[in-house]
Amino acid sequence: MPSNVQAQVEKKLYLNRYRVDAGRPHIKIKDANVCATRCTAQQCVVCCPAGCWSSESGRVSLITDGCLECGTCRIICDEFHNVDWDYPRGGFGILYKFG
Amino acid sequence: MSEKFDVIVVGAGPAGNAAAYTLAKAGINVLQIERGEYPGSKNVQGAILYADALERLIPDFRDSAPLERHIIEQRMWVLAEDSYIGGHYRSAEFARPPHNRYTIIRARFDKWFSDQVQKAGALLLCETTVKALLRDVQGKVIGVEVDREDGRIYADAVILADGANSLVATRAGLRQDIRAETAALAVKEVIFLPKETVDARFNLSGQEGAVIEMLGSISQGMVGTGFLYTNKDSISIGIGCMLSDLKRQHLTPVELLERMKAHPAIAPLIAGGEPREYAAHLIPEGGYDALPQLYGEGWMLVGDSAGFVNAVHREGSNLAMTSGQMAAETLIELLREKRPATAANLACYRARLDASFVMKDLKKYRRLPETLDRQRQFINDYPALLNQAAHTMLRVDGVDKRHKEKEIFNAFRERRSLLGLLGDAYQLWRATR
Repeated sequence: MPSNVQAQVEKKLYLNRYRVDAGRPHIKIKDANVCATRCTAQQCVVCCPAGCWSSESGRVSLITDGCLECGTCRIICDEFHNVDWDYPRGGFGILYKFG
Repeated sequence: MSEKFDVIVVGAGPAGNAAAYTLAKAGINVLQIERGEYPGSKNVQGAILYADALERLIPDFRDSAPLERHIIEQRMWVLAEDSYIGGHYRSAEFARPPHNRYTIIRARFDKWFSDQVQKAGALLLCETTVKALLRDVQGKVIGVEVDREDGRIYADAVILADGANSLVATRAGLRQDIRAETAALAVKEVIFLPKETVDARFNLSGQEGAVIEMLGSISQGMVGTGFLYTNKDSISIGIGCMLSDLKRQHLTPVELLERMKAHPAIAPLIAGGEPREYAAHLIPEGGYDALPQLYGEGWMLVGDSAGFVNAVHREGSNLAMTSGQMAAETLIELLREKRPATAANLACYRARLDASFVMKDLKKYRRLPETLDRQRQFINDYPALLNQAAHTMLRVDGVDKRHKEKEIFNAFRERRSLLGLLGDAYQLWRATR
């Protein structure tokens, strides 16, 4: 994702309230090699509305702190099913003020 | 915690709240489980509240519910790059109480709704995520397992109102997972503006509100729609596109939203506003043909987890409330007659839905998702053609009107051919009849 788009996303996420479950990400990449060697599209990087996914020289990485818990990454990874997706523990994650 | 309730409701959105409220009102021992810190903290909607569905549950809701504005004007816009053509419907009738539709802010509304549920006697357990369903040896659902110590809770029946992703139902194998072809991602911002500014920009006064539903160039060739709703002192603006389209292109959801906000017809309406929240949510838009099995041994699906969304009319929360109420009424009958919540006995939930607007409307538009997915001209060609036609006809430049008509017709024929135009009219009729 271009850096200006990344900045746009971050500015938006900054408006939101979260209770981050530090050290316990609720989404994980099952096998990083699948993303790096088999998945050419890497659409998680494009489609995640919170910009949680990024790709650098073919390696996909994930930081779930800004996650909006929509489930997009879970659904669109339908070729390799390489996303281990769960909701955060009760009470953690996004806390919408308006929703 | 190894307790036994009559019914467990998973989720505290409109469907779960409607179900829990109806059950509690009837004196049934109901536990409602919500993963958020408070009801509404995980929920996202445009949001329009359709009074009818709520009124059937809580007739005097207007006295205490946090409502933003009652809608007196609905605009439907078909956008091209720098123009729109559309229809507006504004009515004094809509301004007279009792009002039919309201804009709401979901986090506030859901808290209020949940308060009513609790006042009716339901027990609410927040900050608790349901991990799995408990079953007996025959496979009947007999409770849930939550992410707390000794987290097994039992009930005669479980109503799953766990939202669009419906992880609980899916993992339990009660339904197929949603797919990219049947789900849309919507992103949304709440932008604050002084009330007087909102009033002036939309020609409103008092608690009057206006909404705009949009399609066309803003979805960048994808099957999708945009919306702009006036709240008291803010505007909710958002755009949603099918995941199957989103994954085939290179714009991020944030870019889609920002491009839409920058459209010359939209930018002045939100100018100077202060965004205070950014949200995203999936919408199950597969319609009738994507509906899962709705009930089984000891369980029922309601609301988004059942896929009850009428994408054409932007309705969902009303289908959620009505389905929640019907699921609850089904159980109330069974519990009163001391009959078990078997699949055979729960079948009348489906019968109730079939007899209501929920299924009738979903059936009416059952072909539309597929039509829009396959017949891209409705997204890619017609918005621009319609806008161009208006432009040609309305621009005064010394060219005679008959010539202009011919020019417009030729533009349509060039893009779609005569047979294509006829076919498109038939397709659209067939998909919405």
